[in-house]
Amino acid sequence: MANILQFFIWIPFIGFVLSLLFNKRNEIGISGVAIAATFSNLLLTIIFSVLWLINSSPILNIKHVVLFQTEDIEIFIDYFFDKTSLVFLLVGNFISFIVIIFSKYYLHREEGFKRFFNVTLLFIFSYNIVILAGNFETLFIGWEILGICSFLLIAFYRDRYLPVKNSLKVISIYRLGDVCLILAMWMSHHLWHENITFIQLNDYNLVQAHLVEHNWYGFFIALMILIAASAKSAQLPFSTWLPRAMEGPTTSSAIFYGSLSVHLGVFILIRTYPYWESILTIKSIIIGIGLLTAIIATGIARVQSSVKTQIAYSSIAQIGLIFIEIALGFHFLALLHFAGNAFLRTYQLLVSPSVLSYLIHDMFFSFIPKKTKETSPFITKLKNTFYLLSLKEWNLDRFHYNVFWNPIKWIGRHLNILSNKAAVIILSIVFAIGLYSFYFQENVPQSILELLPFIYSFGGLLLIIKAFAERGDAMWAWFFVIGGQMYIALSIALLNENFGHNHILLYLSGSLVSVLIGYMSLKRIKAIDNNIQLNQFHGYIYEHPKTAFIFLLACLGFVGLPFTPTFIGIDILFSHIHKHEELLIISTSLSLALIEISILRIYARVFLGPHKKAYHATAYRSS
Amino acid sequence: MEKMEKGFIYGENTSYNEQHVLHELKHYLPSQTPLKDFIHHNSLHAFQNQKFYDALFNASTIFGYQVTLELKDFRKLYQIGRINTNVLDRIIIDKKGVEELATWKNNLLNKSYNESKNARVGSLRTNWKTHYNIDLDTKVQPLLFRILTSYFDQGISLWNFPIDKKGFLPSIKALEKNSFSSIFKNKRAKELLYSERLQIKGLLKIIVGDERYFEQYLFDQQFSHRGWSGMVATIEAQPKTLLDERNISLQELIILELLLEIDALDSRLGAKWKPLSEITKVEPVNLFKPYENTELNEVFKLWQDAFEWSYYDEVLSGISYDKKKPTSTKTQTSFQALFCIDERECSLRRHIEHIDSNCETLGTPGFFGVEFFFQPQDGKFYDKLCPAPVTPNYLIKEYDVQEKRKHELLYTNNTHKLIPGLISSFTLGIWSGIQLLLTVFRPKMSPAISNAFAHMHKSSKLTIENKHVDDKENGLQIGYTIEEMTNRVEGQLRGIGLTKNFAPLIYSIAHGSSSANNPHHGAHDCGACSGRPGSVNARVFSFMANHPKVRTVLNERGITIPNETQFIGGLHDTAADEIEYYDEEILNVENKKLHQLNKLAFEKALDLNAKERTRRFASIDTKQSLTKTREAIKDRSVTLFEPRPELGHGTNTLCIVGQRELTKGLFLDRRAFLNSYDYKTDPEGKLLIGIMKPLGPVCGGINLEYYFSRVDNHKLGAGTKLPHNVMGLIGVANSCDGDLRPGLPVQMIEVHDPVRLLIIVEHFPGIVLNTIQSTPEMYEWFINEWVHLIAIDPETNKFHYFKNGTFEEYIPIEKKINKISDFTSFIESTKKMDSNYIVDATQENLPIYSLEIKQ
Repeated sequence: MANILQFFIWIPFIGFVLSLLFNKRNEIGISGVAIAATFSNLLLTIIFSVLWLINSSPILNIKHVVLFQTEDIEIFIDYFFDKTSLVFLLVGNFISFIVIIFSKYYLHREEGFKRFFNVTLLFIFSYNIVILAGNFETLFIGWEILGICSFLLIAFYRDRYLPVKNSLKVISIYRLGDVCLILAMWMSHHLWHENITFIQLNDYNLVQAHLVEHNWYGFFIALMILIAASAKSAQLPFSTWLPRAMEGPTTSSAIFYGSLSVHLGVFILIRTYPYWESILTIKSIIIGIGLLTAIIATGIARVQSSVKTQIAYSSIAQIGLIFIEIALGFHFLALLHFAGNAFLRTYQLLVSPSVLSYLIHDMFFSFIPKKTKETSPFITKLKNTFYLLSLKEWNLDRFHYNVFWNPIKWIGRHLNILSNKAAVIILSIVFAIGLYSFYFQENVPQSILELLPFIYSFGGLLLIIKAFAERGDAMWAWFFVIGGQMYIALSIALLNENFGHNHILLYLSGSLVSVLIGYMSLKRIKAIDNNIQLNQFHGYIYEHPKTAFIFLLACLGFVGLPFTPTFIGIDILFSHIHKHEELLIISTSLSLALIEISILRIYARVFLGPHKKAYHATAYRSS
Repeated sequence: MEKMEKGFIYGENTSYNEQHVLHELKHYLPSQTPLKDFIHHNSLHAFQNQKFYDALFNASTIFGYQVTLELKDFRKLYQIGRINTNVLDRIIIDKKGVEELATWKNNLLNKSYNESKNARVGSLRTNWKTHYNIDLDTKVQPLLFRILTSYFDQGISLWNFPIDKKGFLPSIKALEKNSFSSIFKNKRAKELLYSERLQIKGLLKIIVGDERYFEQYLFDQQFSHRGWSGMVATIEAQPKTLLDERNISLQELIILELLLEIDALDSRLGAKWKPLSEITKVEPVNLFKPYENTELNEVFKLWQDAFEWSYYDEVLSGISYDKKKPTSTKTQTSFQALFCIDERECSLRRHIEHIDSNCETLGTPGFFGVEFFFQPQDGKFYDKLCPAPVTPNYLIKEYDVQEKRKHELLYTNNTHKLIPGLISSFTLGIWSGIQLLLTVFRPKMSPAISNAFAHMHKSSKLTIENKHVDDKENGLQIGYTIEEMTNRVEGQLRGIGLTKNFAPLIYSIAHGSSSANNPHHGAHDCGACSGRPGSVNARVFSFMANHPKVRTVLNERGITIPNETQFIGGLHDTAADEIEYYDEEILNVENKKLHQLNKLAFEKALDLNAKERTRRFASIDTKQSLTKTREAIKDRSVTLFEPRPELGHGTNTLCIVGQRELTKGLFLDRRAFLNSYDYKTDPEGKLLIGIMKPLGPVCGGINLEYYFSRVDNHKLGAGTKLPHNVMGLIGVANSCDGDLRPGLPVQMIEVHDPVRLLIIVEHFPGIVLNTIQSTPEMYEWFINEWVHLIAIDPETNKFHYFKNGTFEEYIPIEKKINKISDFTSFIESTKKMDSNYIVDATQENLPIYSLEIKQ
């Protein structure tokens, strides 16, 4: 039976590949493939579920493919199926099918008709990977693709400013969650000395034994998972991204942010429950976050006067309650709550344009002028305070900037000395020295050799921060990202005597091709327009959609889109950092978080946004 | 300060006059009201005192709008033959002289130009970004928009903005004073809010400094979010446009925005920033300095004229051809049917005339000359049912409604509360899962869908006849007196030239449109009824015309309606293609029988009309059976996933004022407003004034709104509907932080060819000239070329084109005319557009055909 599980992933994937083959005007073909794929997936889901339930619902687990193997590392794809997977699979495939049919008509003649179906199929594929994943690596693959799909669908209307800006905002938060997941994987690797599968987590005694021994590690892993889950499910303090993700066509908002994507935090909490069920602190934190989110998000939803934002916050509030239910161990309730909330919010989003006529009509017949109730001045003041805070979304956006982004930008701005040729030469020499030290370690004093990894890791981080904050030429930013990545690779290589040459080659080979393609694409644009400064959006996708697409592929390859060599490279990379090397892990993980954001930022600034040459109709910035 | 005391001359940027600037701002901002009342209007109404092309290029220079198609589009239109070579040559020769023909033709077809535009508005305020690297819009707009939406909100939020009756700023002040939190981050802005001299000018001194820049700054600022500013200005001018009224002024908005800007600058830069006038090196710009003409502008003018005349010329040759056709003689008129002038009724009229060749159809603005407010039973408000500029003194109330108003459970905002939301997830949540399935596979009418037939209940009664002149409600007289009724019926009948030869049954068919999930549904309803279905008007008019006392007075005035003639009202749902008839029970036995027959004829006509419409709907097979077609069309009007329930006024291009015979034999592809008028009954053109007066604002307004939304859907249109987010029940925006989007969405305009309206009037040119010159407002539309005008001399049948204040003869170039002999195969042979790019889309619009269908 477990062998069938892979089909839930293959079907949407095949659908995705087939959907790429059609001409973009062939709406019948594109939507036909999508409907066929989602329908067969739904049908298979139903049949499978019935059989599984008849077979007294056994927990299924299957090791699917080994991606990479050495003596000490084994990276493999693993599938797992239990009641939680069942509910998520049923709800997910049902909603996907409905939304795909809905979209066939809704998106008729839309500029990005093909893009929409491509990305949505890819999304369904990644969603199914996540919910069927049997280990963290598999889950992470789905998780990552899902993030990229989100970016692409939020920036669906790529010729406008707000969608592009918000897609970057959302991917930044997602990326934060991703890095937490990487850290959880890293620590768990060191805790178990293997890539643990979820089925092993169900072994209560095994888990307890490890956790008692390494109490702090267990806490760290659980905390990282919790942050990742909160980011994905828009819990506090991340909540503000959810309404801002609703930039695409209503249907994509409904499937992504109304129902499926936003509940993945819920999923990962249930999935890892055995891990943290005995850690009381974590449980309390989850209940705390859930409760606080439920209260604050409800307040924000109550003051909202824009429909989609209101739905977003009510959904966030319910997810807060679901978090509490999970922590208290009421998983059946949580699953039911998830299904209900997903259906309800999907429906509400799909019909959200109707509220204008429905509510106005309703008001026409039942309007009663508001009477201001006399309350004591203090109560009024308290009420107003809550009103204003809710209206301002409790300044959460500002909080993100002040805590995360502004400090990084501040550092980046103070690294301007790097933007000149002399600095590049120095950086290259420094790199060459490092490379020399790696190959001829016997010639380097031991004390220096011990220090080098940290220097290079930190150097890499600085370069990436520089790229992240770059406002000047896009080409420079591209170089900084590449430099940063090479420095990081070197630092890890230097750290581990057993880090083989083939490992570093694997890591860099994926990048190298992407680096070259990316460079050539940018050069092509630069040949047309000497000014590709990153302080504005240029919107070159209007004139050069193909170059833009190739550049996007290069970006994804470079940051390690799953299955590219870079992806496996990253995984190996992390397993080489030992658990006591905190500084290194902080610096490396921060770099990894920022690389993707910086690189997508380059893509967005050069290719997306309102086209700067106004010889045709272009959008207002405020739209 | 010194400069101000010296006094100022506006236009030389010497100084700043607040009242003047506010007035100018309001003038140029979009004037679309909240979406529940959708009134079409010229998007560039502010420039209407200029000639059309001057207005275009000025608007483009000042605001950066795209005002014509792109050069490459025109060239492609020429390549595919949509722009006619002969017409193009004639236009170039006309405008530039025959010796310049080759040069200009080369310019038009081959020369490359730099088409980039640099808007004047916005150039000053960008200095914040270039100089201080601060993005004020991003810092200020999201919160500002959220405050505005919350203040205006009509019913989305559960917890409302604490509103102070005194107005917007007083509310903000009260909220700020009574709260531990603040909308400001720094002290200064907050203190300024309470300062006694809280004025635009004082704040501008802080933020801009030099007074000479003030006007430019305010324009930059307000046009960075023209949607919201326009909404505020509109609500300031017409507070009654909101059911739950709000007191606000543009001035208050500007003050708050300036405060937020000061606050944003303070937080980012502390005390380090200098006013804008001190950091910019550029002198203030006179925003309204006339544009400098370029060769490119001339090229655009020629192309646009050629694009327009390629179609007009075809229409005119079609009309002259049709005039020569022998007219069939009617034995006896079976029935008469009055329809709205709306282009969507043009095809239905054609079909009903084909099915019953003895019937007669007439066109008149769809409020049938009866203006009033309507109060549905249990309604807390009144709906205005007449053209927007008219303010009626009458009230019609609905009573005796049998049906109960239904509710839609899933729309309850209880689901947004915490605990009810929790309960809903387990109850409504599962229900909505089922609903999702039904929505997709079995669409049906529900309370959440705006239903044209629910505007007034068929079973209800109306207070049409006034009981006593003192029977008033809120200053409105309830119902009409006999005298008032007679005047309206008489005016209506004389206007359309229906003063004799009455058939036994006369229908007045209003129209409305049902659609689902459509915030712009008002734009599909009847424009002559302020964007609402006209069912009440049709019913009221018929009641009046049937009234025995009215008949008696009419008789005295020379209009004798036979006793056996009865009027009957109806409503045509232009999306679902259904007709509902009202007060059928009053018909006498004879007429009841006739009515049953006529109803069958109407049904057949609706079948064909539905079929004709499907040729533009990709999801419906045009070749399927009529029954299936009707079902598909009906489903379309109640389907949640259909962003194009119908195509509204898309493709409107013509307005024909004259007898039906002028166009009866032509296939006009639902592109013509048809207003019945008989020059013979009005030799001096007295009635013509009343008929032509609304043509500019109504038909011209519709046409120009479609024009501008088509050529610049980003800035003047609303963009695609799909991401729209309903804000406060008054408008739509993209995203949760976006500006309101006035104008028409792309789904409504994609079938439209951006050409101006051609008004064709059947009367002597001299009379028509006198008519349009009777009021300056009317004349402006014609002399400034916002619409084209042709008079057909009824005696010579020659066309006279109005140009520069006089009429000159126009002889159509094209002599060839296409013919339709079989309607079904003709419609089935048409091609649906490949894409909504203008060059593809325009190919869906058919040329003029002569109908030569065998009976």
